[in-house]
Amino acid sequence: MSVVAITRYGGRLSAYVLGIAYGAVKIIGVILVIATFNFILVHAAPGDPAQVIAGQSGAADETLLRQIRSAYGLDQPYLVQLASSLKKTLTLDLGYSYRQQRTVLSLLLERLPATLLLTGTAFILSLVFGTALGTIAGTRAGKWSDTFFTIVSLLLYALPVFWLGLMLVLLFSVQLNWLPPFGYVTVGVEMTAWQRIADIASHMVLPTLSLAAVYLAIYARLMRSSIIEVKQQDFIKTARAKGVTESRIVMHHLLRNAILPVITVAGMQAGAVVGGAVVVETVFAWPGLGRLIYDAVLQRDYPVMQGIFLVMSIVVIGLNLLTEAVYRMVDPRISVRSVR
Amino acid sequence: MGMNRREFGKLGLAAGMASVAGIPLGLHRAAGQTRGGTLSTIIHPEPAMLVSAISQLQPTLTICGKIYESLLRYDFDLKPIPGLAQSWSVSPDGLTYTFKLFPNITFHDGKPLTADDVIFSMTKILPETHARARPIFTRIDSAEAPDPLTVVFKLKSPFSPFLGAFDCTTAPILPKHIYEGTDFKTNPANDKAIGCGPFKLKEWVRGSHIHLVKHDGYYRAGEPHIDEIIYRVIPDAAARSVALEQGTVKLTQWSDIEQYDVARLTKLPHLDMTTKGYEYFAPHLWLELNNRIAPMNDKRFRQAVMYAIDRKALLQRVYFGLGKVATGPISSKTRFYDKNVKQYEYSPDKAKALLDEMGLKPGADGKRITVPFLVTPSGELYRRVAEFLRQSLLRVGIDLQFEGTDVAGWIQKVSNGEYSMTTNLVYQLGDPAIGVSRTYISSNIRKGIMFSNTAGYSNPEVDRLFEEAATASPDEKRQELYSAVQKALVEDVPIVWLLEQDFPTFTDKKLKNVTTTAIGVHETFGAVRFE
Repeated sequence: MSVVAITRYGGRLSAYVLGIAYGAVKIIGVILVIATFNFILVHAAPGDPAQVIAGQSGAADETLLRQIRSAYGLDQPYLVQLASSLKKTLTLDLGYSYRQQRTVLSLLLERLPATLLLTGTAFILSLVFGTALGTIAGTRAGKWSDTFFTIVSLLLYALPVFWLGLMLVLLFSVQLNWLPPFGYVTVGVEMTAWQRIADIASHMVLPTLSLAAVYLAIYARLMRSSIIEVKQQDFIKTARAKGVTESRIVMHHLLRNAILPVITVAGMQAGAVVGGAVVVETVFAWPGLGRLIYDAVLQRDYPVMQGIFLVMSIVVIGLNLLTEAVYRMVDPRISVRSVR
Repeated sequence: MGMNRREFGKLGLAAGMASVAGIPLGLHRAAGQTRGGTLSTIIHPEPAMLVSAISQLQPTLTICGKIYESLLRYDFDLKPIPGLAQSWSVSPDGLTYTFKLFPNITFHDGKPLTADDVIFSMTKILPETHARARPIFTRIDSAEAPDPLTVVFKLKSPFSPFLGAFDCTTAPILPKHIYEGTDFKTNPANDKAIGCGPFKLKEWVRGSHIHLVKHDGYYRAGEPHIDEIIYRVIPDAAARSVALEQGTVKLTQWSDIEQYDVARLTKLPHLDMTTKGYEYFAPHLWLELNNRIAPMNDKRFRQAVMYAIDRKALLQRVYFGLGKVATGPISSKTRFYDKNVKQYEYSPDKAKALLDEMGLKPGADGKRITVPFLVTPSGELYRRVAEFLRQSLLRVGIDLQFEGTDVAGWIQKVSNGEYSMTTNLVYQLGDPAIGVSRTYISSNIRKGIMFSNTAGYSNPEVDRLFEEAATASPDEKRQELYSAVQKALVEDVPIVWLLEQDFPTFTDKKLKNVTTTAIGVHETFGAVRFE
């Protein structure tokens, strides 16, 4: 008996280990495929980083081109470059930007806090308020408040982000003088920790609002239609027939079921949180990752492009796993189905 | 060559440091007390590094003069004036250059700057890392320091533009004790940017700002006047205009402000605007024609294009008057300019006659020929120039077909000669031997190299004149040769010269002494002060 039990236990354990190993291999495989794809895409774009750097220096010669090519490893055959790039990926070495004369990791870490602060806040704000607005509109479908919220969310969705940003600057910075028009902190001023927090917060208001507006509209629209759909299902009628209060129906029955599509979309967009927001970062001179990526693409800074794309891919994979977990938490039937 | 010995012109001491107005923003201001003497300005795009000896991208050059200095400065007529060198002399045979340094110059780390640092920078660092300086400083045969404040360079052969190469963008002095025996490009000190200029790097938050503060050991008594300079990275043109208009920044340079905003901002009562301070760079805007392929390989076609473009209208309508119509290969701001060359007035009739003569007859739709045009991807302005050129050339039957690409693609196509027509803006760098001949001489047709002779033009007579003029002496002889080469080139039109483009420098009215030399905003800013 005991032998059988041990074997069974060992079998379960090895199956468990195997499962983890399989998952890990799968993820590593996906990452390697992504890295290869990144390499091919980045190198397929016309333009030679050595020529870009040399060209923008206003004067160049063969020596400079040769120096840059050898520093970048661009004088190596493609396959050698690809192999070295994949090797770096496996050892989690993001590479070195010869243009910026820094490691890609340090460039990334420098920009990440500002990006997370801006896009993360905008993401949370839009998710919370978008869901709330969508719920209000959905539960009051056809009433004036629904019409009002629908028009507002459509408007927000339709406004180009850069235009909205500039209008906010004109109103709150130029006309009213309430908020700073750009940057993330006041430079060259001695501040206490609290003053610094208040200062950064004041710089965040306009870019966060511009960025949150679009996402808010998306979540509100999505939530509204989802609520209307779920509202008509039998279990809601049953709950009502049982005499459950309206607020309890909304909180416990409607919301829980209607929020699934919102989670799906939010999970997809959470990846973009790490990618930064090029347009908003540009309009508000926000020192985020979006601009780093944009500049790297224009300058054909291969190591920076590949490094950031790789990190973003890993984050997206992680977020996908997380989204699945949240899904199961919210709706246990999903995990039951998946086990079957 | 005459001796160029000059007394150091004392720059007036500031009466006192005026306090700068605080940043006029509600919540913003509440965050803390603003200090006097802070110059807030813009850097766009953000530089990759601050060491101009190693990176020569424009934003690096804009900032570098505050941190690094060189032996000389240049007045608006490009005549040398004292920099780190208080005096200098040239031997009659044009081979020996002797510079006397000011005493008490120190680097930002407190170590003294001596003749050894100068020699190390000119003979070891720059020839390896600075593409524009390399052909100049590799002409040095030997360099000696008879005493710590004297530098003697002996050249392999006479080269009179040598004295024009000691500005801080071309020949910055780096500390030997930090760079000797290291890989210059990856030396960790590059992050700290240690020079001897009036300002030193305090903080660089990438994507946000570069913060420079006063170097207390600066060798010029009483300088710098201001305490700190903050370069803000503001990528959006509209945001830059707002910042200037509001007074958040006190200075803008180069193309920080878009052409169409210049007239409006110039009228604002709190701002001054000047186009001086770009004489050394003398940016020349041109329509580049690939001389290797038909029909651009026919002189008559190139002349026809020259006649077909109303360059005065281009200046007024697209550039809002910021510049001057170019007459030929050398800018009127550059040395040895000669205005007595063939004039190409706006004349579609002459253009049509030349095209007829070539046998390019108009078809039923009036079009004679279609030529691809690679639109320069450097912003809205170049797009407008492209539209203007298309309209102009269509009037004489040349149909430009636009091709788009990004900067990397554009550089690749132009430097490899894989284009037909495009626009380009090229600096002249003070002396034709340094900034002009490079785009016309046939020995400089070099694949993959930007700002070489990318038009693929080749004319043995022009080659000879440029070569002789570079090493000729005295200046009268050089002028003769450069006048001849200007006549030859204007007749041949290898490139359609459009404008000597001006760039606006906006300053707050209280800010003084920003533009004092031919390199304007690239200068040290030691004398800059608030009134």
